[in-house]
Amino acid sequence: MSAIDTLTSPSRLGALDTLESESIHIIREVVAEFERPVLLFSGGKDSVLVLHLAAKAFWPAKVPFPVLHVDTGHNFPEVIDFRDRTVARLGLRLEVAAVQDYLDDGRLQERADGTRNPLQTLPLLDAIAAGRHDAVFGGARRDEDKARAKERILSLRDEFGQWDPRNQRPELWDLYNGRHTVGQHVRAFPISNWTELDVWRYIEREGIELPPLYYAHEREVYRRDGMWRAVSEVSPARPGEHVERRTVRYRTVGDMSCTGAVESDAASVAEVVREVATSTLTERGATRADDRISEAAMEDRKKDGYF
Amino acid sequence: MGDALFRFATAGSVDDGKSTLVGRLLHDSKAILADQLESVARTSAERGFGGEPGAIDFALLTDGLRAEREQGITIDVAYRYFSTGRRSFILADCPGHVQYTRNMVTGATTADAVVVLVDARKGVLEQTRRHLAVVQLLRVPHVIVAVNKIDLLAYAQSAFDTVAADVTALTRELGLPEAHVIPVSALAGDNIVARSANTPWYTGPALLELLESLPSLDELETELEALRMPVQLVVRPQGALAPDVDAESYRDYRAFAGRIASGTVRVGDEVQVFPGGATTTVTGIDAGAVQLDAASAPQSVSLRLADEIDAARGAVIAASGSLPTPRRELEAALFQLDARPLTPGARVLVKTGTSTVQALITAVHGRRDLATLELQPADRLDANDIGQVALKLSAELPVEPYAEHRRAGAFLVIHPQDGATLAAAIVTPPAA
Repeated sequence: MSAIDTLTSPSRLGALDTLESESIHIIREVVAEFERPVLLFSGGKDSVLVLHLAAKAFWPAKVPFPVLHVDTGHNFPEVIDFRDRTVARLGLRLEVAAVQDYLDDGRLQERADGTRNPLQTLPLLDAIAAGRHDAVFGGARRDEDKARAKERILSLRDEFGQWDPRNQRPELWDLYNGRHTVGQHVRAFPISNWTELDVWRYIEREGIELPPLYYAHEREVYRRDGMWRAVSEVSPARPGEHVERRTVRYRTVGDMSCTGAVESDAASVAEVVREVATSTLTERGATRADDRISEAAMEDRKKDGYF
Repeated sequence: MGDALFRFATAGSVDDGKSTLVGRLLHDSKAILADQLESVARTSAERGFGGEPGAIDFALLTDGLRAEREQGITIDVAYRYFSTGRRSFILADCPGHVQYTRNMVTGATTADAVVVLVDARKGVLEQTRRHLAVVQLLRVPHVIVAVNKIDLLAYAQSAFDTVAADVTALTRELGLPEAHVIPVSALAGDNIVARSANTPWYTGPALLELLESLPSLDELETELEALRMPVQLVVRPQGALAPDVDAESYRDYRAFAGRIASGTVRVGDEVQVFPGGATTTVTGIDAGAVQLDAASAPQSVSLRLADEIDAARGAVIAASGSLPTPRRELEAALFQLDARPLTPGARVLVKTGTSTVQALITAVHGRRDLATLELQPADRLDANDIGQVALKLSAELPVEPYAEHRRAGAFLVIHPQDGATLAAAIVTPPAA
């Protein structure tokens, strides 16, 4: 080892630098090799992170692909506001696939439990086909769920959007194989290797703006399935459920009807980083009713073409 | 926090307790959170695992797919994440029995270290030899052999010494760097996170201590190698500028975007560009809106050059004088991963760096006996075979022997019609 290089070399990269570099490499590979990529953008922190990384990857050019929001109709208004401001600031085109349209004309029916997360798959697949998107970026991370731990960074999907976990392409070195045939598309997950704590530490380091509900605020909530649920038109308290004002924040931001809040005083990004570092629950375990249905809830949704 | 990233893969044979080891590592390094533990404890109880109440089947933490839990096997490589104060770890958990070569190859291509499990009662098995052979061919820098289930042998030093001696003999035979051999009990937690009082005769580090201290590939390689960066794309905003970018200054911006594969680049460095070999000077290194004086592998950057060079995706920017002579004919060690056999005359695609070209398999020289690594005559390669082949490319590429430069010597073999990844391959002279 050369002593000179050791002193001056910038090579001692921290984990966040290495993750950032890997993600930017993946985003650039997909943009270089595909015709019509699109980013699934919900306004949640993971998709905000992918967008931030994409902006870095192509600076000073603008992000060279549109964003797609699969809108369940059960949105937090703050998140929709954030989505629209972000898209306008970066000069991006926003495509919206609305679950409500499908319910209105009968292509989908409301589920008995009222949750709309599983209903997103059909509008998503239709939007991918309508936009002729051959690559779809998502903010999924492997640490989120046991099924996602087996997902590839570039994941091939057939015409039905199906994921076949037993027949995945081997992923070798940093050589990503995005080749596909007509009708197939590829889901690309540039932040596969980030953990929830990595995401928050990076948000802090880069000063990335997020929807305000990621930080502690007062809200009317009630207790259901061991989670704090916000009182709203789409998620009213049932008889017997006691509504109270609590200081809460959201660890994930999804469909209002199945996303829970956690009690928290973490009002700043630094406080959230501290909280996540010491949390004893996973983010999905703490906040997602839909993943509590069974051990394989995520795997089943993914096989059907979910994110 | 200045912690660095370290990637390692775990490999083992059936029933040697690999999933338990991984579960134990995650659990004892506090990477398993309460809701995951609760879910695993519930399933363990339902399945009647262990005798004691509250005993946990750690394997359930890593087996993520329904079929895996139902059959009690691990099917596909799974990635796990945990960190200590010193490092963040990415663990590629490679199952042992279904498509073991495919999984082992996948894990080994990105690993800084491989942890191979050996059952202390069974010692070195055929599969151990195969795993270590893959590790040797793919040049994973560090080999750790965890001799598991030492508790079942009453922590007997003699039992461990026998296995350790066999491992040492095997690594010498295969030409591997010296392996770190550790006596462990994944079930009881001995020597996983901390040194165990049950093995006072073992004076080496616990598994986690070792993983925290071994240098990563990037730490080992960056300073030794010349700059090399395959160009992913050219950033040329023209009219389409990001917000807050001054239109006057950036209208004519043009830079070559890529991830540095090796070495360090500094502003003012003289570089050479493939194809063509033209020489020019680096005038700027951009990481997003931040301008750097220098950057090293594996950073993603955009390089501005002094001269107008006609280069696009597939170009390679390298330290002046370091580019190898581009070649069309390659000799390679090939890891066949697809179920369809590979035969001479096959037309394929080769992807290396940021280039994808057509190629022809001109010869299959043979197949390696994985127990001895000797080349045996063969006229085709079947799934999980490792063979030696010759290829002819449709265009010259600046590849190098893998032993000299990992990222310049690794390539994918891809089916030209359906796009499947048929094989992993490394540029290797036939004699090696």
